[in-house]
Amino acid sequence: MFETTALPAPPQISMAEPRDYFALLKPRVMQLVVLTAICGMAIAPGAINPFLAVISILAIAVGAGASGALNMWYDADIDQNMARTRTRPIPSGRIKPDAAFSFGIILSILSVMVLGLASNWFAAAFLAFTIFFYVVVYSMGLKRTTPQNIVIGGAAGAFPPMIGWAAVTGDVSIEGFILFAIIFLWTPPHFWALALFKMKEYGNVGVPMLPNVSGEKTTRRQIFAYSLALVSVAILPAVMGFAGPVYGVVSVVLGAIFLKQAYAVLKMQDGDETMIPAKKLFGFSILYLFGLFVTLLVETAVMGVIGVLA
Amino acid sequence: MSENDPLKDTVKLTPAEEKARRKRSIAVALTLIGLVALFYVVTIAKMGA
Repeated sequence: MFETTALPAPPQISMAEPRDYFALLKPRVMQLVVLTAICGMAIAPGAINPFLAVISILAIAVGAGASGALNMWYDADIDQNMARTRTRPIPSGRIKPDAAFSFGIILSILSVMVLGLASNWFAAAFLAFTIFFYVVVYSMGLKRTTPQNIVIGGAAGAFPPMIGWAAVTGDVSIEGFILFAIIFLWTPPHFWALALFKMKEYGNVGVPMLPNVSGEKTTRRQIFAYSLALVSVAILPAVMGFAGPVYGVVSVVLGAIFLKQAYAVLKMQDGDETMIPAKKLFGFSILYLFGLFVTLLVETAVMGVIGVLA
Repeated sequence: MSENDPLKDTVKLTPAEEKARRKRSIAVALTLIGLVALFYVVTIAKMGA
């Protein structure tokens, strides 16, 4: 008799390339984080060494990316069942979950440490809390348990301007909080518009998004209510005087378009399969937020230059 | 390959795997160089302050 012994499985060789690891950082979300953090930094009183400012922004961006990588590590099981997320590095098999986890943890520690060294340890602690909030509170806690997941979890995406402000001043303020509030109130209409036309996919993977739990009608009302609050708060930077008149005009014009689109969503018929108003609102919401913050940044920078030359 | 080749029982990477590994190695090297430069700049800027 011959004894046959199974050969050990060949070691799995990674085919991951640097761009796959970069994709783990959710670069599109990082763009928003960088923009809003720079805005927080720009409106903050006081000065920061420009090199340290750039390094601080880099640290905040990498911290946000690290939380994105940890989110992808935790959500790999549901990501592989949704068309929108199926091609991400972990569900597509290009990066092993363990590697993504290590990558996220190392970058989290590194980003917090660098921000602490480059600016101050209050800002670094704030960044650490933001990563914890996004990964543990949102991804592990809220996302799969409550339809209010993105409302509360949205705070994590809204903190960067406050961190930017804290990097300069070492504290928090009402101005930073207003920028936080704009992103915080923007998140529900943005994601619920997406959830409306991706409802079936979210339902299939068991994520309790508002349309699946409370129905389309409630979601449409909630989108409109949050849009009203958002547009009102988005004007405050001009009213309170830390943004200029150009920002004031842009926030009113973009706000009016946002409300028009949200109203179109509110008036959508039940069972509307095409969901065109929701798709339009989702697309415009991204433009809206970038428009507000780019205007705030450019106007602040121009006013700063004029102030120096005068 | 001779009988005494110490690598004869090790895993042979395909050209694609070698290419991916090389790209990862270069990325790690560039990141390390970047970190050295970053900590240098932070140190100089802090000393200047």
